[in-house]
Amino acid sequence: MATSTTAPDADRREPRAGSPARRPARRPRGPRRSLLPYLLLAPAIVLELAIHVIPMVVGVWMSMLELTQFHIRDWSTAPFIGFENYRATLDLNSAAGKELLHSFWITLAYSVLSVGFAWLLGISAAVVLQRPFRGRAILRALFLTPYALPVYAAVITWSFLLQRDTGLVNHVLVDQLGLLGERPFWLIGDNSFWSLLVVSVWRNWPFAFLCLMAGLQNVPGEMYEAAAIDGAGFWRRLRSVTLPMLRPVNLVLLLVLFLWTFNDFNTPFVLFGGSAPEQADLISIHIYRSSFKTWDFGSGSAMSVALLLFLLVVSAVYLLITNRRRDDHA
Amino acid sequence: MRETAGERWGRRIVLTLLTLFVVIPLYVMVTSAVKPLQDVQNGFTWWPSRPTLQPFVDMWSTVPLARYLVNSLVVSTIAAVCSVAVAIFAAFAVSRYRFRGRGVFSVTVLSTQMFPGILFLLPLFLIYVNLGNATGIELYASRTGLVITYLTFSLPFSIWMLVGYFDSIPRGLDEAAQVDGAGPLRILFQVILPAAVPGVVAVTVYAFMTAWGEVLFASVMTDEGSRTLAVGLQGYSTQFNVYWNQIMAASLVVSIPVVVGFLALQRYFVAGLTAGAVK
Repeated sequence: MATSTTAPDADRREPRAGSPARRPARRPRGPRRSLLPYLLLAPAIVLELAIHVIPMVVGVWMSMLELTQFHIRDWSTAPFIGFENYRATLDLNSAAGKELLHSFWITLAYSVLSVGFAWLLGISAAVVLQRPFRGRAILRALFLTPYALPVYAAVITWSFLLQRDTGLVNHVLVDQLGLLGERPFWLIGDNSFWSLLVVSVWRNWPFAFLCLMAGLQNVPGEMYEAAAIDGAGFWRRLRSVTLPMLRPVNLVLLLVLFLWTFNDFNTPFVLFGGSAPEQADLISIHIYRSSFKTWDFGSGSAMSVALLLFLLVVSAVYLLITNRRRDDHA
Repeated sequence: MRETAGERWGRRIVLTLLTLFVVIPLYVMVTSAVKPLQDVQNGFTWWPSRPTLQPFVDMWSTVPLARYLVNSLVVSTIAAVCSVAVAIFAAFAVSRYRFRGRGVFSVTVLSTQMFPGILFLLPLFLIYVNLGNATGIELYASRTGLVITYLTFSLPFSIWMLVGYFDSIPRGLDEAAQVDGAGPLRILFQVILPAAVPGVVAVTVYAFMTAWGEVLFASVMTDEGSRTLAVGLQGYSTQFNVYWNQIMAASLVVSIPVVVGFLALQRYFVAGLTAGAVK
């Protein structure tokens, strides 16, 4: 995430702050003063170390241990086996490797589709709510509600809607519209992937909406006036004014949404009650289930580390490409 | 700039579709919560023909909802307050000082938020269990463990948003206070914080929501005594019966505080995102 698009730069509001880092620093008076920022940061650093950095290091170490159920009580007895866990879980010819690859493709499709639809709904809502009208504030609050709901409350409600015999979805599709002859299952089998996707879009699009709405507030109204005087219609204004102005927001938003959905655990876990059907076996669920079913934390950690490496590579490539494109435009 | 007829109709259609998409599940949640059990078990009906508040009474005895609620309240409140306190100091340092490692700190903290939760889950689980065995400090299956875990979850975003808020407060105010002889902490508490109250409140609500809604760690790191709502609500589906009306009633009750809090403060979130993210 090493770009100026995400790093919280100070001094943004100051008109002449072209390069905040080179601005003359607040002159420290004596050594006590220069220690102060570190003291202020200390609690945050300690917590980050304890809950994020150290467990991550431990996780990498665990991935190289034979940390099966026989050693889980006292992990100091677990033998070091190097990359054996990686070899076993990532071997695409083995059953475990095939399952992991399957889960990976499912997760990739889920993330791309979910982010795409969430963004599409978010930008639609942000654009149509851009100009004031009566009832706008109410709609804005309403649209944000799915994001404000606790995830389990939202997903449990959806699982009720998707029940085969008592749910709203089949009631409408089968009983009221008569589109389908037989009541389909939505939470098992092939349909479960699409159910998961709809629930995830319902949960996530308000976040896209919120960010895009914030981004649109930075677009000066005169730009639209000018475009309209030049005879630009709605789509032309969207393409030539709105989207370019939202570019910085979109860069961050799409990456963040992608990483969130790719790591999503809550939605499938609550929707399917902990046993996701194989058509909706997202990677987090897959690792969770295989770790706690067999108590083989070594291979669970190996899969987690591989997942992290994949996401780091994706993020790095994404940031490289988008930064180069920005330089071209400049 | 005038709106054309096409744009007006386009807007109406988009808004209608989005409203339906958002409202239907919420409608079902509310109406099913006031139906008797039989009416949610025998096929779906749009309208509660025999409305009753009984599910709101029964939900407390079907599962120990009160205990889950207290656990969630205690954990989320403490986690939110601690997280914001820690974030305020960190954000003050990042916003007002230039020091070595400032960029590294910001980037590292933010990127941890993007890492898969499952990556931390297995090691933290083992660390908590082993720490408990070795030293007697009970973090596994305790509310303390959850508080510590959750407060770091909201920390990165809280710091980030607060830096945005603090940056928007003119440095002239600091300098004036400095001339009057105020030290850094007095500047923070008497100049910056009073001006950043909306941001601090918004971040507190965000941290509370994060802890209130967390599922993954709650499902592994709690036992019957420390269970939170996130896991506890699943108790309404038993082997014999799924009490859908009580589930909807309980979901409604646990959602209202966070939804109201979030919606009341939404414009501060937008302001915070504009200050922090949109650059």
